[in-house]
Amino acid sequence: MSHSTQTNKGGMSPLMVVGGIFLLLGLWLTFQRFYGGLGAVTNLDDNNPWGIWIGFDLLCGVALAAGGYTTSAACYIFGMKRFHGAVRPAILTAFLGYALVVFALHYDVGRPWRLPYPIFVSPGTTSLLFEVGLCVFLYLTVLFIEYSPVALEWLGQKRLRNAVHKLTLVLTIFGVVLSTLHQSSLGALFLIAPSKLHPLWYSSYLPLFFFVSSMFAGMSMVIFEGTISHKNFHDKMDEDHLSASENVVLGFAKASCVVMCGYLALKLFGLAMDDNWHYLGTGWGAWFLFELLGFVALPALLYGIGAREKNVKLIRWTAALSVLGIVLNRFNISLVAFNYHLPASERYFPSWQEIGISIFVVTVGVFAFRFIVTRMPIFYEHPDYKESHH
Amino acid sequence: MQRRTFLKLIGSAGLGAALPAATAKAAGNKAFTGYPDAMGVLFDATKCIGCRKCEAACNEVNELPKPEKPFDDLSVMNAKRRTDAKTYTVVNKFVPVDGRPPVFAKTQCNHCQEPACASACFVKAFTKTPEGAVVYDASVCVGCRYCMVACPFSVPAYEYDEPLTPRVMKCTMCHPRILEGKLPGCVEICPKQALLFGKRSDLIKTAWERIGNEPGRYLPHVYGEKEMGGTNWLYISGAPFQQIGMREDLGNTPAPELTSGALAAVPVVVGLWPVLLTGIYAVSKRKDRVAKEEREAAVAEAVTAAKEKAAAKLADELKKAEAAGKRLADAEARKAVEAYKQELEEKAKAAAAAADESGDESADEKKE
Repeated sequence: MSHSTQTNKGGMSPLMVVGGIFLLLGLWLTFQRFYGGLGAVTNLDDNNPWGIWIGFDLLCGVALAAGGYTTSAACYIFGMKRFHGAVRPAILTAFLGYALVVFALHYDVGRPWRLPYPIFVSPGTTSLLFEVGLCVFLYLTVLFIEYSPVALEWLGQKRLRNAVHKLTLVLTIFGVVLSTLHQSSLGALFLIAPSKLHPLWYSSYLPLFFFVSSMFAGMSMVIFEGTISHKNFHDKMDEDHLSASENVVLGFAKASCVVMCGYLALKLFGLAMDDNWHYLGTGWGAWFLFELLGFVALPALLYGIGAREKNVKLIRWTAALSVLGIVLNRFNISLVAFNYHLPASERYFPSWQEIGISIFVVTVGVFAFRFIVTRMPIFYEHPDYKESHH
Repeated sequence: MQRRTFLKLIGSAGLGAALPAATAKAAGNKAFTGYPDAMGVLFDATKCIGCRKCEAACNEVNELPKPEKPFDDLSVMNAKRRTDAKTYTVVNKFVPVDGRPPVFAKTQCNHCQEPACASACFVKAFTKTPEGAVVYDASVCVGCRYCMVACPFSVPAYEYDEPLTPRVMKCTMCHPRILEGKLPGCVEICPKQALLFGKRSDLIKTAWERIGNEPGRYLPHVYGEKEMGGTNWLYISGAPFQQIGMREDLGNTPAPELTSGALAAVPVVVGLWPVLLTGIYAVSKRKDRVAKEEREAAVAEAVTAAKEKAAAKLADELKKAEAAGKRLADAEARKAVEAYKQELEEKAKAAAAAADESGDESADEKKE
């Protein structure tokens, strides 16, 4: 695609055509959704009130956008300056990720124009969903401010850009606090339904599982997104970004390996706490082990090997596996192991329209990302602000 | 500060996060045991004949849309049904023991004392009224459907086909009628007195009296007395509840306690993270500064040493050059002196030779 985008500027590459089709399809489904209600396009029912618009768009979207807080914390708080060139793409991915999560929620909730209600009209503070909503709202604002210097540099607003840039550290700390809260409370959402979620996935540690897994989800997504960006936008990248991305791949592989091992230990601890060992012998146990061994233990091992042997290619493949693992985990908790007690006829499977809207949302994200990185200083430093960091 | 208050603060601040399940109670700020005068309904499964009159009455008093099949069509009971957006209550038929008469069980909102739906709602759309009913306010509802995820009895339903104003739909215990002093629709119509309306505390006594009076007819379990912290709709039955479509694995923990530990973690994170992260930032910044200073000091030292060495070398060179210059000058002088000496010697020789010649001439002259 990198080749075609360069040679065919103004023309249409095949991927752009496919993307365009997804966008048109999405617009048609949007019309159907708001004309006929949720029932017209979804397979949701009274037993299965949450489908893939929550399981994928919200849970996976938020987890995979965690790269924003992990990368900026590593660079600005822990002082790993060699990651500097990777902060901007990570912040952009996070900002777009969260913006799309909120966008997608407009399809899922019954009366989207009331989405500000929990914060401004009738706050239900006993709800974990209130915590999620408040934190996502605040964090989206933080990410917008963190991202704004890019747009301001592009627009030539030097004074405003420099003023915002001074807030970097405060915003980074605020971002970590808010991310800790809502990443964990997305898991805590399910604490209220112990009778509906299979015991192997239900645990009082759910908030901890979600937060810890968001760390390696975010880092893996940064590596994964970097892989794709390198293929498509290599010509945009400056020396600082290229050297940083190499550092990030190796550094994040090592960090992910460590965090994944910690996560495995926590999972074992959770099993022991609730004495759930006997479930491991059942079909659900096999599925649980498939998720844990195939999509956490294996990537942890591969990340470890990749980091030690400086095998960037292996690390990039492992990142894709880890991202898939996060999707599997969130699907298992919100869809597969949720309502496990119901007979097959009462279980949920997404309609093609639901999948269509999810693809539409991702496509919007890809187009927005492409629009921004081809115009604004994401993969390179703006010449007017070189060496102005820190 | 009183010890109690202090412990509560500690509980809500830290322990709740460290031990989510165990200290859930410590994290909450009060223990709620239900409104004392709350009303409820006792359902007696041994008396229900499955006539569906309660379903019809419910449909009428709540002005719900008429179903496809009329309420006197009992064939709908051959399949298990649940409450939905057009039905607040359903009666299901079960045959726990083959060959024995069927047992009927009525389903509707159980009006929990500490409702999961109200705890889960992020806009406070649900209220537990002092009269016992759990009521819903559609005017703030966003339609997130978390109440439906949270409800352990899977009661709330949603108007999925409503594009603009979808509502969550569930039994209200006929709260408006109760306020008017009337009975709930289903209780009023029941021809067999399978439903009994009264104060919850009285109903529990009645239930245990019935069980005590006829132990062969009932199992010694009042469903709803303790389930999920207690509900205002209570059930007694001769068949195990598990066999008449009611879950017996829900536990007795009120729903809000399940999440209070996680909520208690919020102040910990908000209080601890900024301090800790600023500290880490300061440490890493200081490390950088110290490293920079050390680097600069080392560089300065190296530069000084190099400079000194260079200066010494220069001085040495100068000295050498001076010496060499002197040597050179001496040699030149010596050469000049030698040359002068030679010149003088030659001049002297020439003078001597000239003197010899003139002497000879005078001697010759004398001889002549």
